[in-house]
Amino acid sequence: MEIKAPTPQIPPAVWTEFKDLQEWEKLHKERPEGDKHSALFERLEEGIFNFPGGFIVTTVADAFLNWARKSSVWPVTFGLACCAIEMMATFASRFDVERLGMVPFASPRHSDLMIVSGTVTIKMAPMLERIYDQMPDPKWAVSMGSCANSGGPFRNGYHVVKGVDRVIPVDVYVPGCPPPPESLLYGLLKLQDQISHFRKTGERAAPTEKTD
Amino acid sequence: MLTQAQARPLIQERFGIAATGEGPLLVVEISPDRWQELGRFARETLGCVYFSFLSAVDWKEQGLEVIARVENLDANFAVFMKAKLGAGETRCASLCPVWRGADWMERECYDMFGIRFDGHPDLRRILLPHDWEGYPLLKSYAVDTPHPPYR
Repeated sequence: MEIKAPTPQIPPAVWTEFKDLQEWEKLHKERPEGDKHSALFERLEEGIFNFPGGFIVTTVADAFLNWARKSSVWPVTFGLACCAIEMMATFASRFDVERLGMVPFASPRHSDLMIVSGTVTIKMAPMLERIYDQMPDPKWAVSMGSCANSGGPFRNGYHVVKGVDRVIPVDVYVPGCPPPPESLLYGLLKLQDQISHFRKTGERAAPTEKTD
Repeated sequence: MLTQAQARPLIQERFGIAATGEGPLLVVEISPDRWQELGRFARETLGCVYFSFLSAVDWKEQGLEVIARVENLDANFAVFMKAKLGAGETRCASLCPVWRGADWMERECYDMFGIRFDGHPDLRRILLPHDWEGYPLLKSYAVDTPHPPYR
């Protein structure tokens, strides 16, 4: 008896010039000619900044935009394992992240933040990457718990990705197994700190030194 | 109702093997070519209608051993079936025609140990991705086998 893997079902291509969706996604991810919209905004902002007195406008605008960004971070609900229970507790009324402007949203296309809560397996990693790619820029990722940070207790397993940072860029790592809601809340506040100087440096914040 | 004390001589009579194990656990070590016959006997004659689990053991150079436990819930005894496949052998008869519940257990066993169950209706991987190479619960499988781009 011959064992054959089932043939993968490729979704029908929307654009005729692309053979399949994977090819389109690859091109979209690479962006050979760069991000045109961001480049235009940067040039505009630079122009205003160099205008006499214009720096006041850009600084105030930056502060306002960062305030707006950090006070409406919408996390996509991406629960993978037991950390998801703690994440749900954080979202629920006792810890209530909604007072920070966070609305857990079940759609990646409306979200800014992905909280990877749980073990990322090799089978799940392509889906995680795809969901992350669907989120609009600017976007952030929080790695929650030991499993997502480094593989945790399953690090030596045959099927575990040793840290979600091998799949997507991560901004804040929350340690714990699983982290209690207080820890996650602290991590989210740290993320808000990062977002608040998002534009001052022109790039993402560098990893901070150890706090304690 | 058939009790475990009555079941032991029935196994001895049919297969010529004494069932070991204490009390309500009847351990039967059978050759792999009579695997399905034992399953059918356990279900139809001994009344073991409940299929508990099926798995395998890797005894390295001695080869693989398939194990299964089936239970008679009314008479409260269980038959523990074992079959050593022999070195390098990966084929075994399927228990799917006897118990429907054996379907996914055998798929998992194929997934983890690479045992081909002859007569299984839909033998493919169940837990791992379909493009996975190797069988991770074999002793010869290195856990740090590279799996680009994630490991």
